[in-house]
Amino acid sequence: MATGIKDKVAILGMGCSRFGERWDVGSEQLINEAFQEALKDAGIERTQIEAAWFGSALDSVNVGNSAIPLATALRLQGIPVTRVENMCATGTEALRGAAYAVASGAVDIALAVGVEKLKDTGYGGLPVPGKGTLNDLWMPYCSAPAGFAQLAAGYRAKYGIDRELFKRALATVSWKSHQNGTKSPKAHLRKAVEMDTILKAPMIAEPLGVFDCCGVSDGAAVAIVTTPELARALGKQDRVSIKALQLSSSSGRESGMSDWDGASVPNTRMAAAAAYREAGIDDPRKHLSQIEVHDCFSVTELVTMEDLGLSNDGEAWKDVLDGKYNADGAIPCQIDGGLKCFGHPIGATGLRMVYEHYLQLLGRAGDRQLKNPTLGLSHNLGGVPYNGVAAISIVGLM
Amino acid sequence: MSRAAIADAHAWALPGLKAQGKGERALCSWDEDAITLAVAAARDCLRDNGRSRPTALSLASTTAPFADLLNAAIVASALDLPPSTACHDTGGSLRAGLSALAQALESTSDGDTLVIAADRRSAKPGSVQEFQFGAGAAALQVGDDAGIARYLGRESVTHLFVDHFRATGEKHDYFWEERWIRDEGVSRAVPAAVKKLLARLGKNAANVNWFGLAGAPGGSDKLVAKSLGIAPERLIPDLAAQVGDCGTAHAPLQLIHALEQAKPGELIIVAAFGQGCEVLAFERGESTHQPAMGLAKSIAARILETAYLKMASFEGEIDLDWGMRAEADVKAALTQHYRASDQINAFTGGRCTRCNTVQFPRLPNCVSCGASDSQTPFSLADEGGQIATWSADWLQFYLAPPLYVGLVQFDVGARLLMEIVEVGSAGLDVGTRLSMQFRVKARDRKRHYSRYFWKAAPVR
Repeated sequence: MATGIKDKVAILGMGCSRFGERWDVGSEQLINEAFQEALKDAGIERTQIEAAWFGSALDSVNVGNSAIPLATALRLQGIPVTRVENMCATGTEALRGAAYAVASGAVDIALAVGVEKLKDTGYGGLPVPGKGTLNDLWMPYCSAPAGFAQLAAGYRAKYGIDRELFKRALATVSWKSHQNGTKSPKAHLRKAVEMDTILKAPMIAEPLGVFDCCGVSDGAAVAIVTTPELARALGKQDRVSIKALQLSSSSGRESGMSDWDGASVPNTRMAAAAAYREAGIDDPRKHLSQIEVHDCFSVTELVTMEDLGLSNDGEAWKDVLDGKYNADGAIPCQIDGGLKCFGHPIGATGLRMVYEHYLQLLGRAGDRQLKNPTLGLSHNLGGVPYNGVAAISIVGLM
Repeated sequence: MSRAAIADAHAWALPGLKAQGKGERALCSWDEDAITLAVAAARDCLRDNGRSRPTALSLASTTAPFADLLNAAIVASALDLPPSTACHDTGGSLRAGLSALAQALESTSDGDTLVIAADRRSAKPGSVQEFQFGAGAAALQVGDDAGIARYLGRESVTHLFVDHFRATGEKHDYFWEERWIRDEGVSRAVPAAVKKLLARLGKNAANVNWFGLAGAPGGSDKLVAKSLGIAPERLIPDLAAQVGDCGTAHAPLQLIHALEQAKPGELIIVAAFGQGCEVLAFERGESTHQPAMGLAKSIAARILETAYLKMASFEGEIDLDWGMRAEADVKAALTQHYRASDQINAFTGGRCTRCNTVQFPRLPNCVSCGASDSQTPFSLADEGGQIATWSADWLQFYLAPPLYVGLVQFDVGARLLMEIVEVGSAGLDVGTRLSMQFRVKARDRKRHYSRYFWKAAPVR
């Protein structure tokens, strides 16, 4: 009988590069910036790392295929290095690989790295990758915002919400993250924005305007993981451990059958249920101190509040308007600014979220420090709501 | 497209064109061409017409997208006609539509022939042709028993009278003076041919109930009718005010107009000018079958466009800077395209024999029950559906922004993400009813290859 990952893996050290339009550096330097911080935090030598997982999503504008770019950037001679890619869940996948290696007993210390260099494309937004030779023949080439914007159509239709009211709720999601971003020194966007500016921003994909979309950023994040016993032996007193790591992938059911109403992301619900079970959480509204969710677009965050069971179905828009997820609300969400303002270098994002929880749990979050957090949840959505992957990790104090 | 908008756009340099600025002309979106127009007309012709599937397909066009690749084969594949269908392309002159029809009517082979004439005509900005040209397609199923019309005969005359021309590979026609074309070309060739045909049929001008002339300068039909002694009220409308000149499709469209209006037994003469002329005679039959759309409803279903630069862009006359996103390569793997040809061309998904779920694409395992290799082909081309989710995408590179995209829920249960086209001022909403159209999915501008797929359009 599987017993899950809970408390089998501790985080020994973490690092995160400054996110943003990093014209000054390439992927290798971004990786190293995060890695050196993590290594120092872990208090180990580079040579003590026994295996590494490397997450990068868009190889054509990043470092290319395979794990060699990581091994080369960090000069990891001879150890097993594996590249993982699972769209926006890539960073969490890297952590999952490293954590599973430690939990299995295959290695004592493993490295998880996520990086993306999006600002070498020459334009805003994400490049549109091919979908495979068959899908390219029939599937529309639509942008990421147009994929997620369809949640708004489905949600509004299901709950009969007026477009302008819903648009205001979406704007509130972004407004809150901009407020949080001002207190996040490594964030890409660190400026508060007025509600009116958000509401009147140019349209990107109906009903999402520019400010409903997250930052397109360069960045890297790193975790070094080990067993709780070894972490203690290495002198770590306050230990952050992994409570759950779950992934749910779509079989194409939502986009291929008639039973999905477009108002939720079923994969998030499935991953959340498994993660709560794995972590032993029976009431997430009570137990989660903070959450970092995949706010690639404002509507994604809003719907995710219901998918995670933090708002009742059809009521997240009210909770958002009521400030439930603000920094001073019941469950602070995106306390570091989230994808919206900290930025979204795809391969790094999952690890960046865990980095924020790690800082908060250890009381190192500076101006944005929450009071006595104990448990943090991160959530990624790769692909589109109707055909994608959802990843959830939960970390907490041991 | 409003012709006044075209005239306004050119007023700064060519104020004389103001006189042309009356009425409307058919305008194709970026993703329509002679092939997609042909498929649309053919589907309307074939749907519920009570006849067996055609065994031959003839496509006439002077603007077919491929010089070496059987355009008719693409049309046949979209219509899901079997490989035994004899397909051929024809063109070379604006009379090719009537010539193809005559050839099919005179064919002795068994089975029906589907004759389609389709053109998307390009004209140089600022030319009179830019106002006069249109785009359209006509499809007629031809068999050896009288139905809607009975074929009476044909007169074909060939003179090397060069009124206009377009060299192979060139985009625009070059025209000589209209007055010369009308007086020296049309007025000599057409009446003589019509007279000869009528004489052979034992008829005279007074017997003609419907007369149409295509491929000639505006007003030529009136002159020819007058010289023949055909009363002006018997002229088939030239469609100039609403559609414009549709090239090879024009005379067949006029024939269709006459067939939609004529009473059984009435005599219909249609002629197409072009290096001589082709003249065909028909008698309206007893059949009361009307296609779902036909000519009149197709014209009525128009969306009025007034943005000249949009037309210029669709026609490829201006090359807008679409940004770096437009640089993405859309090269198709022809191997994969061939493997999936029934799915991509005929929109054939699958129906699971175990759980009955209809789905697209047809993958090895059923989307619902997971059964392996359980699906039989099921076409979605004629299935109705509605919007389940949607958005209007202003970010993605698309030649007719915004790109409307959404999950289309078919009434038969299938669902897939599709492009949505022809979104009028009413916009879209969850629940908007949709029908399917065969369109250009992507144009590979590096290799000059268009590939096709199906898109959804709001039912009008």
